[in-house]
Order: sequence, then C-alpha cells, then structure tokens
Amino acid sequence: MTLLDFINRLLGRQKPSGTLARQRLQLVLAHDRSDLNPELLEQMRREILEVVQRYVEIDLESCDVSLETEDRVTALLANLPIKRTREVPLPRSEESAAEGGADAPSPQAEADEAAGGGASERHGEGEEAPAPTSVPAESPPQS
Amino acid sequence: MDAVTSAPARTILICSGKGGVGKTTLTANLGIALAKLGQSVAVLDADFGLRNLDLLLGLENRIVYTAQEVLAESCRLDQALVKHKQEPNLSLLPAGNPRMLEWLTPEDMQKIVGMLAERFDYVLIDAPAGVEQGFKNAAAAAGEAIVVTNPEVSAVRDADRVIGLLNSMGVTPVQLILNRVRPKMMASQEMLSVDEVSDLLALPLLGLVVEDEQVIVSTNRGEPLTLNNANSPAGRGYSNIARRLGGEAVPLIDPSKERQGLRSRLMNKIRKTTGLF
Ligand SMILES: Nc1ncnc2c1ncn2[C@@H]1O[C@H](COP(=O)(O)OP(=O)(O)O)[C@@H](O)[C@H]1O
Ligand SMILES: [Mg+2]
Repeated sequence: MTLLDFINRLLGRQKPSGTLARQRLQLVLAHDRSDLNPELLEQMRREILEVVQRYVEIDLESCDVSLETEDRVTALLANLPIKRTREVPLPRSEESAAEGGADAPSPQAEADEAAGGGASERHGEGEEAPAPTSVPAESPPQS
Repeated sequence: MDAVTSAPARTILICSGKGGVGKTTLTANLGIALAKLGQSVAVLDADFGLRNLDLLLGLENRIVYTAQEVLAESCRLDQALVKHKQEPNLSLLPAGNPRMLEWLTPEDMQKIVGMLAERFDYVLIDAPAGVEQGFKNAAAAAGEAIVVTNPEVSAVRDADRVIGLLNSMGVTPVQLILNRVRPKMMASQEMLSVDEVSDLLALPLLGLVVEDEQVIVSTNRGEPLTLNNANSPAGRGYSNIARRLGGEAVPLIDPSKERQGLRSRLMNKIRKTTGLF
C-alpha cells in the first residue's frame, strides 16, 4: 500500500481492494451459480417490474433487481421503492390484450415500456392507456 | 503399502479449477506428511497432460511403468508404483503418456483408484486444472475432495465452478485449502481474507498455507517441505492439514490476525472508532 492509498483510505475515499474483491465475487458467483444468461435475467426483471407496476407506482430510477448468493443458495432480490399505491390495480396485460383484440402490441408501446419511463403516469390517467405488454426476448435490453 | 488395512481407504481428489494454485505441491507435501504420521499413502498423478508430481517428489528418474501400463495389464500395479526412498510409506503411481487423455474413461480411473484403495490408507489424486473430461474422470474415482484456491478473484471463481461440479457428482465431503496466503496483505485488507473465501465458497476450511519462498527451494530439490523442512512456514501449514485430515483437532490460526503490524492495527482502530471505511 502506498502512502497515497493509505491517506485515501483514511479519508474514506477508497475501499481496500480485498473488500472490492469480495463484493465483485459475490455478484459474479451469484450469476455463475444461477446459470441465467443476462438476457433472460433482463427479461425476467422487466416482467417483474410490469407486474408490480400494476399495483403500485414504483420509482423506476432506483429499482434494483439482482441475484445474491449465500451458502450456495442463490436468491433473486428485488428492491423496488414504492412511490404510491394504486387505488385500483391496472388490468393484466393479457386481459387488456384480449379486450383490445390486439394480438401484437404496437411497436411504440413496446419501445415506451422498454425505456421504462413515464409508464406509470400514463396508466394513472385513464382506462384508455395501453397496459404494459409482455416484451419479446429479442427486444433491446434496458439499461 | 503392505499394511493390512481394516478401514476402507480414503480416496481424495485434489483439485482447483484454475491452474497453478498449488495442487501438485499440496499433493506431494500432504502425501509425505501423512506418510510420516504412519499412514500408507499412494499419490496418483491424474494430470496426464502436464505431469509434475514425479518431479516435486524427486522420483522422476525412477519411473519404469505408469498408470497406462497398469490399465493395459502389461505390468502389475506394484511394478509401476515408485516407492519413496526416505519415506517408504509413500508410493507414486505416475501419469502415462499425454495421449491417454484421448481414450481414458471415468471407469478407467475408478479401476486404478480401486486397485490403489485395496492396498493403501490414503489415495491422493492430483487432478488436472480445468473442468473438462480429465477433471471429470479423476473426480469420478474419488470419494472426497480437497479444493485448493488462492485468495484471488479468478482462483476463487474457478474453484466455485469445480465445487458446483463436485456437488452434482455427489463427491463428499469437499473441504477447502487456502494456499499462498500473505498475512500482511490480508491484515491491511488488500487481499481476500480467510473467512471471506470460505464464506464465498461455502466450504469448511481444512487449512491454510502461507506464501513461502521455501516452497520453491524445496521443489528445486525435489524434496517436499514436509520431508526435511516441516518447520518452515508453509511446511507447518501442510503438516497441520495432514493431522486435521486424520481427525486431529489442530486449531486453525489466521496468520493475518496473529501478527498484525502496527500500521494495520492502527488502521483497524481508526476503522472501528470512526466507522469511516
Ligand atoms: N505456498 C506457496 N508459496 C510459494 N509458492 C508456491 C506455494 N504453493 C505453490 N507455489 C508455487 O506455485 C506454482 C504452481 O504450483 P503447482 O503445485 O504446480 O500448482 P498446480 O498443480 O495447481 O498447477 C509452483 O511454482 C509452486 O512452487
Ligand atoms: Mg499440477
């Protein structure tokens, strides 16, 4: 450890590299063990958010869905801060699809959903708003 | 090896995933240490691609036959076994030609290990790196396993892959050895700690071996540390592992906590009082 490192750590600016190693390993081992590819994980994440958003408005910016592992048991952890509870849950995507009689969701609705922004406000306004649709696997991952 | 053994032999796979973490060094040292405790020990070089166990034991010039001839039944097992001169409780069954990899099956490995298990108390199997067929063959023949790793991210990750495979193959128990521990770096938290590694991998810790120059000196000579220099820092680690393996309750001392320097003690104190980092 150089003197500069030492000072940085003393000031709390820098984590010791051993701690970083542990944190990075915790993440990578959880992924290795679950054997879920990132694409599937992303798809699952989007679908979970979709379901939760029917019941509550969540703060999409600070949502975190991740894998964690302890004692070789891997768990999916979702931290979804709630902004507001909906008085009436939004309809399920299949229900609304059946109502609207549309087999394929419009590309625009899909793009909006993938972008993750503004969905809750629109849904809050009225029954006319397009409900969240299931997102096909080949759509670009949300970042 | 002439001992009449009542209890069934313990067949132990020594593996790691990543190469170069210290499997072969451990196999040689543990073999000698167990032999010194009065156990009859066979060490089997199952790293057919990159055999080295003969060299670390100083037996490279005494090989006549290998596991290959034993399997082909062109020689008897006792003709292929190389008995250690200074420590006759230990014998090596050398690896055959690297081309063995092309045809060797799990059943072949089970056959060899089964033959050794009839005559020895311990059979230590030095596994190849990786998680491919060579590793799987060796694992299929083992009753239990020791996973060797270093306190480094890549070694720990690879160890985790191997542990997953061992679990799915039903090899049990699987125990952990942390090799090349640097107490100073651990004390200043610039290295994964002993507890962190065993927690991450969720394995019970069988022992620690510190980073020690004497390991290199001993491999140069072809004399494992446990043979003539068991009091060196790494030699003590290997000897303690042998005793624990035999069921003795040898306390595990975390060297990073034992001899903390002034600076890291100070750091710890600051960390605790301020909660800064
Ligand atoms: N505790 C240790 N201290 C210092 N060097 C070590 C230690 N353990 C292993 N080594 C060195 O690491 C290298 C790889 O060891 P080896 O046993 O051949 O690994 P593997 O069989 O896992 O590929 C060798 O050069 C060996 O001397
Ligand atoms: Mg080796």
